[in-house]
Amino acid sequence: MNNLPDPYGHFDIFGGRYAAETLMPALLELEVAYGKAKKDKSFAKEFDWYRREYAGRPTPLYFARRMTKALGGAKIYLKREDLNHTGSHKINNTLGQALLARRMGKKKVIAETGAGQHGVATATVAALFGMECKIFMGEEDIRRQEPNVFRMKILGAEVVPVKSGTATLKDAMNEAMRYWVGSVRDTFYIIGTTAGPHPYPVMVRNFQSVIGLEIKKQIHKTEGRNPDMLVACVGGGSNAMGTFYAFRNEKKVAMLGVEAAGLGMNTKEHSASISGGKVGVLHGNKTYLLQDEHGQVRDAYSIAAGLDYPGVGPEHSYFAKTGRATYVTVTDKEAIEAFSFLSKQEGIIPALESSHAIAYAMKIAPAMKKNKIIVICLSGRGDKDAQTIIETM
Amino acid sequence: MGRIGLKFESLRARNEKALIVYLTAGDPSLDATKKLILGLENSGVDILEIGVPFSDPTADGPVIQAASQRALKTGTTLHGVLNLVADIRRVSEIPIVLFGYFNPIFAYGVDQFAKTAKQAGVDGVLVVDLPPEEASELRIHTDAAGLDFIALVAPTTGKGRLKTILKSATGFLYYISITGVTGTAAPKAADIAREVGNIRKLTGMPIAVGFGISTAAQAQEIGGIADGIVIGSAVVKLIDENRDSDDLKEIVCEYINKIKKSLG
Repeated sequence: MNNLPDPYGHFDIFGGRYAAETLMPALLELEVAYGKAKKDKSFAKEFDWYRREYAGRPTPLYFARRMTKALGGAKIYLKREDLNHTGSHKINNTLGQALLARRMGKKKVIAETGAGQHGVATATVAALFGMECKIFMGEEDIRRQEPNVFRMKILGAEVVPVKSGTATLKDAMNEAMRYWVGSVRDTFYIIGTTAGPHPYPVMVRNFQSVIGLEIKKQIHKTEGRNPDMLVACVGGGSNAMGTFYAFRNEKKVAMLGVEAAGLGMNTKEHSASISGGKVGVLHGNKTYLLQDEHGQVRDAYSIAAGLDYPGVGPEHSYFAKTGRATYVTVTDKEAIEAFSFLSKQEGIIPALESSHAIAYAMKIAPAMKKNKIIVICLSGRGDKDAQTIIETM
Repeated sequence: MGRIGLKFESLRARNEKALIVYLTAGDPSLDATKKLILGLENSGVDILEIGVPFSDPTADGPVIQAASQRALKTGTTLHGVLNLVADIRRVSEIPIVLFGYFNPIFAYGVDQFAKTAKQAGVDGVLVVDLPPEEASELRIHTDAAGLDFIALVAPTTGKGRLKTILKSATGFLYYISITGVTGTAAPKAADIAREVGNIRKLTGMPIAVGFGISTAAQAQEIGGIADGIVIGSAVVKLIDENRDSDDLKEIVCEYINKIKKSLG
């Protein structure tokens, strides 16, 4: 588990670099540049400085007293990634990749976005470092995540609407990859999750691993021990991998990844790639994938735009296959209830994506002993979801 | 030597260049694709590239994306495409390359795919998202079946990497003429001449150039540089524009005739 991925980016049968030849040299160049930066203490120092002074890390690990009391079981802590600058964990990764882009002399960046959180975090670092920025976003997501579209534009980014397919995250990533094929010589593609071709899954994981490292330190300070369980939502899986990774060798810490069951796992309207998919290849890596029997990728569905993706990061597939992490599902309806519950109990409005993790914790916490500890990654704030919630009422 | 190798040999002996044409199978229907293919062979097409439609063609421009979507809507599957090839083989010896993405092949089963493709009469496969680093899981089977594995070389491919690609390439080498997805820019002959010249220093394998060639003038110019040219998006567009015409086959064949003549 510690030696993965192999030099070609494989996590056992998952991962790899299934990319068009035009992109291969850029991926190899990125791998070398990232390898050098990883060993360079000045990169770590710079990254750390921006995380602290600009993004506001470390984020609090908050004991949710009222939520714990209301559920009557395990103690619940929330890792407040929603309190990062830009409102989600996405800035952890975009700062890392933008610093790397700057080292590589790239002045243009592109990104795909679903909920718009990664788009906003990319537009933000592009503004910070004076880079030209294009964000690819599905038209359906542009509609349901309008506040984030405005934020990206205010930050100086160009938002490119994507009409193909279901006009959601998968299609945005297709279009970003196509654009990158044509602009690869001077453009850096900031992928927002632990997916894509190698080295993205490992690079994004490492940039996000600060979440779990902080949790470990913080929980040891308040409770003097590791948590019993980590819960995080999984779309592509970057906040979950960031939460899990520091604990991967701590066998007693259970890890739960919560996928979006949408309208239900007995329908086709969900985004649960691990729980409802089979192994396939999309966007440069081999992983669990929602697809038909002929290998055509199915359209994912979730009320949470950031989970609305038919694939999942390859390392999650590996964790699922080896049993290191368990993957469960939560429906739209349950996520909306959790959204409302946390807002009223704790005065914290969670993103609809993070609400999936909250919802699962609500299911299992009551049956757990009071001395057990659950840490939920609250990956983003929910202001952006006001429109979606109003539509459901 | 397979049909592809023999075709390039006989063309070389006559000092001719290969005209390679791409079609998306199942657009507008598998039946129409079959009729078009048989017509194309008579219009002087040397090698066929049959596109296996995929839901997420990330290396293709808008024209082939749309064609893939249409083909999928009419229910085209890899299984159906292999049947189409077997059907064509009953009446034609034209070399056939299947062009597509890895996931439909992976879902079909790599072992089964190689066997069935060979049996159907496929000569080579070109899998856009399967670079040499990942190709072995398919090549174990396609090499064993005697199918050519057509390698892509891009304008961004450096010399070191080119050598690696050449080590395992079979059939012919496909040089991507633009830094971009299919059919989205016009190729620049001077750049291509330089790059193809560099490749020639390292291999005697036939080199075909594609991605962006659409006019007779371009075909002539690039045909003067390479051993063959590939026309894809331009044909697919023509098929779409005339999909409801009774003269669809004639219109496409007339266009291909013009290209063929310009190749000399």
